[in-house]
Amino acid sequence: MDEGEVRELVRQVRDGRVSRRQFTRMMVGLGLTAPLAARVLAASGVANAQPKPAFTPTRRGGGGELRTLWWQAVSILNPHLAVGVKDNDGSRLFHEPLAAFDPDGNLVPILATEIPTFENGGLAKDGLSVTWKLKRGVQWHDGRPFTADDVVFTWEFAADPATAATTAGQYKEIARIEKLDSHTVKVVFKKPAPFWPIVFCGSTGQLIAKHVFEPYRGAKSREAPANLKPVGTGPYRYLDFKPNDVVRAELNPSYHVPNWPFFDRVEMKGGGDAVSAARAVIQTGEYDFAWNLQVEDDILRRMEQGGKGRVDMVPSGNIEHISVNQTDPWTELDGERSSIKTTHPLLSDPAVRAALTVLVDRGSIQEQLYGRAGQATANYLNAPSRFASRNTRWEFNIEKANQVLDAGGWRRGPDGVRVKDGKRLKLVFQTSINATRQKQQAIIKAAAGKAGIEMELKSITASVYFSSDPGNPDTVAKFNADIQMYAWQFGVDPQRSMEIFTSWEVATKENKWSGRNTTRWRNEEYDRLWKAADGELDPVKRAAVLIQMNDLLVRNVVVIPLVWRSWVSGVSNRLKGTEISGWDSSFWRLPYWYREG
Amino acid sequence: MRTYLLRRLLTAVPVLLGISLVLFTILALAPGDPFEELATNPNVPAEVRMNLRAQFGLDDPIAIRYVRWVTSMLRGEWGFSFVSRVNVDRLILQRLPTTLFVLGSAQLLGLLIALPVGIYSAVRPYSIFDQIATTLAFIGFSLPTFFTGLLFILLFSIYLDWLPFIYRSDISETGLRWVLAHLKQGIMPITVLGLFQGASLTRFVRSSVLEVVRLDYINTARAKGLSERVTVAKHVVRNALIPVVTLVALQIPTIFTGAVITEQIFRVPGIGSLLIASILSNDTPVIMAITFVFSCLVVLFNLVADLVYGWLDPRISYR
Repeated sequence: MDEGEVRELVRQVRDGRVSRRQFTRMMVGLGLTAPLAARVLAASGVANAQPKPAFTPTRRGGGGELRTLWWQAVSILNPHLAVGVKDNDGSRLFHEPLAAFDPDGNLVPILATEIPTFENGGLAKDGLSVTWKLKRGVQWHDGRPFTADDVVFTWEFAADPATAATTAGQYKEIARIEKLDSHTVKVVFKKPAPFWPIVFCGSTGQLIAKHVFEPYRGAKSREAPANLKPVGTGPYRYLDFKPNDVVRAELNPSYHVPNWPFFDRVEMKGGGDAVSAARAVIQTGEYDFAWNLQVEDDILRRMEQGGKGRVDMVPSGNIEHISVNQTDPWTELDGERSSIKTTHPLLSDPAVRAALTVLVDRGSIQEQLYGRAGQATANYLNAPSRFASRNTRWEFNIEKANQVLDAGGWRRGPDGVRVKDGKRLKLVFQTSINATRQKQQAIIKAAAGKAGIEMELKSITASVYFSSDPGNPDTVAKFNADIQMYAWQFGVDPQRSMEIFTSWEVATKENKWSGRNTTRWRNEEYDRLWKAADGELDPVKRAAVLIQMNDLLVRNVVVIPLVWRSWVSGVSNRLKGTEISGWDSSFWRLPYWYREG
Repeated sequence: MRTYLLRRLLTAVPVLLGISLVLFTILALAPGDPFEELATNPNVPAEVRMNLRAQFGLDDPIAIRYVRWVTSMLRGEWGFSFVSRVNVDRLILQRLPTTLFVLGSAQLLGLLIALPVGIYSAVRPYSIFDQIATTLAFIGFSLPTFFTGLLFILLFSIYLDWLPFIYRSDISETGLRWVLAHLKQGIMPITVLGLFQGASLTRFVRSSVLEVVRLDYINTARAKGLSERVTVAKHVVRNALIPVVTLVALQIPTIFTGAVITEQIFRVPGIGSLLIASILSNDTPVIMAITFVFSCLVVLFNLVADLVYGWLDPRISYR
């Protein structure tokens, strides 16, 4: 899809012939994120109506206790020192960002009075700055007022390398923040920022109080008592926190939205596994909400027959995919395997790559394993056929694989495995230990076997596979295998996620395998396109460039996308107002959750 | 006796140092680090991860890290958890009451079952009671705790809906309702563990009593005219329980480290689940603290078991 086609689509949305939701789904199908699609629409002047809440209470509280289950327990309550999504969610009970991303990726103001646009003067034409107007009358939990100083401080805290904040990557893009008055800030970026909501919005944009963290800057950040006893602006105040076990919070009586929140107390219990969490919400009704139910769909369906809860699925930026190693993992050069000085003996043959893409049975994987929670994809576009990308359609065809390999000169040996120039077509396929992933591996291995490709399956425990220890040979970054499979999580803006295929991010021994380009693919055109997208302020042009980059990846078989996974949560039938968003924390709308009946 | 005690305590010190060295080296050599989640997060650049590793001293050589750990332990600082940046001793103390409650009660339950059943079985060997008790004991310790745990959850929580199956360490009710709430949620994990331990203990008690019942002095007691009840209570049980007391003393350290599998199934926030969570996230300070405490307790209770055995059995003397 090119720029003209994207603009035509936007016009159709403005005219009302295509709904916003359809547009967003199409863009996501092409590999973008919903927040980016929302930016495209916003920049083109397509208005977004704020939904009216279905229930308007007359007073705060009275709702009793909200019980939630996170099967990965929260270990710290500082959003900028958070190690995982769970810690961001735990912090979100107490802290708030300037704006949040709703399920369609649109920005909803929380601590800001309105979303900055070109019309209201919030966005600069040169893309270098954004001006936020802060809500007045907001108090921290200890009674002190929330002001622009806190916004400036949050940036300084996160961007300071001595703090080693996990959100540093985004906040170091800011050159400075000018305090225009006590409730207005102007964020100035180091270079024009095409996706300006990357800071202060969503899960990584939660604000911390200057007066609380001031004495704990830099390396002392980990000693701050507020890491475990948070002070925020959020709907709930700290009551109790046992790391790796439970977070408890009570209603904040001076919350800045009148008559909300509904619940008096919240409990976030952690630990255990996803299946029993699903049971507790959907079957027994012991809990009201369960996070991230990575459970097979037929198990969830059986539980839903109990009638106490339901499964909530929303699209998010999670793609289960296979990475193809462009280098040779079986040759060691200067103590390094999968070195960029080598090329893969088997996978550099286009016939092998073409065969692999049609040997992956995405349809069965999606049907049998993911059910409603996934959608088979090759960045496939669900839309009027005029906009379907001709290059990115997935196919499962064993005969075609056989034909392609035969034409490529791969003859079947006596044991059925193909051979060419003395090289046997045997691939080592690695992934993490996870019941669903092992089943996926088995499905793919069976199909490959029918085409004469022998696959050796390897599975590594997740905490080792996903670690960054340079001494360990089994990490994702070392890629000591021919193909590997895992899920990659898009952030709200695809720019960072697409950077992992640029040539400067290649993981090598020199950078201690800390580079994120594990496929070690280097392509000048891709690099050029990425740099162009990084500086392109027109969201429509930028979307078109990102789509082109996606096509490059898929056509060159650098990655084989499998399933676009939805974000699955378990919600009690009586719990309303959750509107879980796949682009922000599960708690983005927490103040407006209520119970019926 | 005093020299014996002193000798044992002195040898305990190098033993504990040796254990801590082995533990530390194995943990340091093991692959993985606490920041795995950041590896697949595209928003976190590599420098942040490397910075975190350097900050926590993960890149220093093992010998330096070990010395650092030993010196701070001796000063009473148990270190910071990498993941939650909390003092390790606070983490452990938070979980201690729950662990003691669930596991202590399980141990007591095991004893309460094992003693009467074992003694009665041995006093009337091969009777109907003995056959049934033996069979049940075999079934009891053959079925793993995760199986019985899940079975109980299915039966009591899902089909019958009598008991909650998620353990909450913080119950907001007070007074009698607090006790009742704790009992309701604790009954399943305690029973699962108690039955398992009781089963193996029953067999042990039975064989120990059988050995004593055959001895001559029991015949003498009966010949003297003592009633069966008095013979059993005063002579058989007292002598047969000496090895049982030793066994129980050796099992006490496990109360502190918890039962990992049962805690996972019932989500009991005990020290066992803390240990597993730390191992899986490579949180070295926490793992070292818990395993070191466990080794100290084992060494201590070995000593206690030996001393108690010597006190109970006048035939033993210490040199």
